[in-house]
Amino acid sequence: MVMIEGGPFRHDADPNTATAPRGVGHLRGDVAFPTAARAALTDSQLRRNIGKATGTIRAKRADVVAEVADWEQLREAGRACKAATMARLPELLVQLEERVVAAGGTVHWARDAVEANAIVVDLVRATGSDEVVKVKSMATQEIGLNEALAEAGIAALETDLAELIVQLGDDTPSHILVPAIHRNRAEIREIFLREMPGVDPELTDEPRRLAMAARTHLRRRFLSARVGVSGANFAVAETGTLSVVESEGNGRMCLTLPDTLITVMGIEKIVPTWRDLEVFLQLLPRSSTGERMNPYTSMWTGVHPGDGPQDVHLVLLDNGRTATLADEVGRQALACIRCSACLNVCPVYERTGGHAYGSVYPGPIGAILSPQLTGIADNASLPFASSLCGACYDVCPVKINIPEVLVHLRARHVEERRASRTVPNAEELSMAAVGWVMAEPRRYAAAQRAARAGRMLAGGRGRIRSLPPPLSAWTASRDLPAPPTETFRDWWARTHADDDRSDHTSRASSSDSGRHTS
Amino acid sequence: MSARDDVLARVRRALATDEPSIGDVPRTYRQRGDRPPGDPALIDLFVERLTDYRAHARRTTTDDVAGHVARAISEGLDQPGRDRHAPPRIVVPSGLPTNWLSATDADVIPDAGLTVDELDACDGVVTAASVAIAETGTIVLDGESDQGRRAISLVPDLHVCVVRTDQIVETVPEGVARLDPGRPLTWISGPSATSDIELDRVEGVHGPRTLHVVLLDG
Ligand code: SF4
Repeated sequence: MVMIEGGPFRHDADPNTATAPRGVGHLRGDVAFPTAARAALTDSQLRRNIGKATGTIRAKRADVVAEVADWEQLREAGRACKAATMARLPELLVQLEERVVAAGGTVHWARDAVEANAIVVDLVRATGSDEVVKVKSMATQEIGLNEALAEAGIAALETDLAELIVQLGDDTPSHILVPAIHRNRAEIREIFLREMPGVDPELTDEPRRLAMAARTHLRRRFLSARVGVSGANFAVAETGTLSVVESEGNGRMCLTLPDTLITVMGIEKIVPTWRDLEVFLQLLPRSSTGERMNPYTSMWTGVHPGDGPQDVHLVLLDNGRTATLADEVGRQALACIRCSACLNVCPVYERTGGHAYGSVYPGPIGAILSPQLTGIADNASLPFASSLCGACYDVCPVKINIPEVLVHLRARHVEERRASRTVPNAEELSMAAVGWVMAEPRRYAAAQRAARAGRMLAGGRGRIRSLPPPLSAWTASRDLPAPPTETFRDWWARTHADDDRSDHTSRASSSDSGRHTS
Repeated sequence: MSARDDVLARVRRALATDEPSIGDVPRTYRQRGDRPPGDPALIDLFVERLTDYRAHARRTTTDDVAGHVARAISEGLDQPGRDRHAPPRIVVPSGLPTNWLSATDADVIPDAGLTVDELDACDGVVTAASVAIAETGTIVLDGESDQGRRAISLVPDLHVCVVRTDQIVETVPEGVARLDPGRPLTWISGPSATSDIELDRVEGVHGPRTLHVVLLDG
């Protein structure tokens, strides 16, 4: 990242510490989106699995949202509440800390993934335990906590069914809500038969039987667990109350049975008042699992004597969130409640699946959040991984204007490249060509219409082997948009006329590929 | 600088240039339902929503609550392929009204700090509730003495929950308003479930696989 004097975009004074550090955690992929997407598009099983799952959940969500007469008022309240939270974040963080401490908990602060991991490792070591049970948490995946624990000789056991499938399959999550959405029942059965010690060899691929196999596999571990690790969906500053929303009861196990509970939470998860939960507990379950209410929501405030863990910790994590907060347009990404509705409606996600995004945050939210957490240079292709069709904005329960942030980040990327006086490399040229198509309203509108048509054509059968236009330029020649009337190089020369071309350095090293390889 | 001070300083710096305004949250959404707690239509809605998520519901009066609790226990444990003790072992929180259990032939075990393994050796649990929300089919436990600590309604495989009909409100905001955030709260909407395999909902994973709600009038 670079400082731009008088430019439209402000950057943190100390970018090296304000964005999420390289070499730790899972916010950057090994390959850029277009390459990963191309590979994913050749996997027809993957596309079938994802198409089926997202189609199912879209229908469920639509049904339960239609039941709620005041849905738009709830969305507006959710948006306003999160905006107010961001504006008051310093005082709310201090208030949350005070309340948690007053209730017998301990609060830790972490500038980044490295610090957060070290805090958790130290806390687990202090208990003498070499195993922790974990309830699914995006924040701990983001920081690569399991790897950090493993390095310290501590086994982290994922207990969410989908996370267990991912962990046993030595795989990575591909969806926020259903991390194993890319696996069908036959594949899950295979993984269980191969990886679960003592599993019934007669196991069928019936979902009920698979779920029971997971219950048996985890039961003893829950009952003997001494340390639980969780994230938090919400933290109430006014009361110090933390909350986890879940379905299976594995969350309750992790939050209730161990002696020690360690919760890792991004600083943006705060809501100001207890009452604000009445909004989010309506918005979240209907948007995520398409249920009126999820089976279990746990709320705890510090230590409850005689009930649950008596050693309770909260780790407050920055890891690029303050860098995101500094961008007046981009900061709305911090309002995300991780419902995953935007993934399920996204024509790009539906074709590529989550892995292509290279980050624990895939889909439309990932396309705006990951580049801001890491700095755009490290996830430069993601803001282009969208057809800007707007479906994500329509379903977002907190009204994050994802297309607006995407366009903004594209522009910011170009600004930053200009300021650093480098010409784009080959990959960025192809991305910028896509951006060029979208920069022209008329051309963009045509592409958008084509994208919608393409979505209808796909119809969940997963036969389409390319991204919707104009991203198809990345993936398939037959779907190329009409050739622009001006070549990209001409456009670059025209719009960058003030640059001294002789000063340009074209760096071809891997560090310039827009992605960090780790 | 400590990590705490550093993070707080970064947050302040991030907000410094534009100083975003703190708008009011427009609470134009429904803050209460059309019907008062315990209204017959609300009870019907609550039962519909409970059964929609495969919980079982039955209605009774004070005179026959013990009979219904007993039937909920025996039906709840009568599941094919499930191991159970004979007589069944049922854990109860210390403050549960004793007359609720006068008709069951189960072994009633009051929770006096049972270990996790002792809880695991119980077939079921009977608790009261603090609030119920009709629209979402939710019951909330708050650790009061008739509900007990969280582990007892988690480890046993059957949960029988007695809800007084005057505890049933229509909407989520009414439910939130009745709760004390200082207590350990568990919101329960149907038995534990997962949709992680092809988004196919399967009831019963780690929490109680069976939930019976006994609605007590008056
Ligand atoms: S951006 Fe909105 S729709 Fe997407 S996961 Fe976050 S809250 Fe849900």
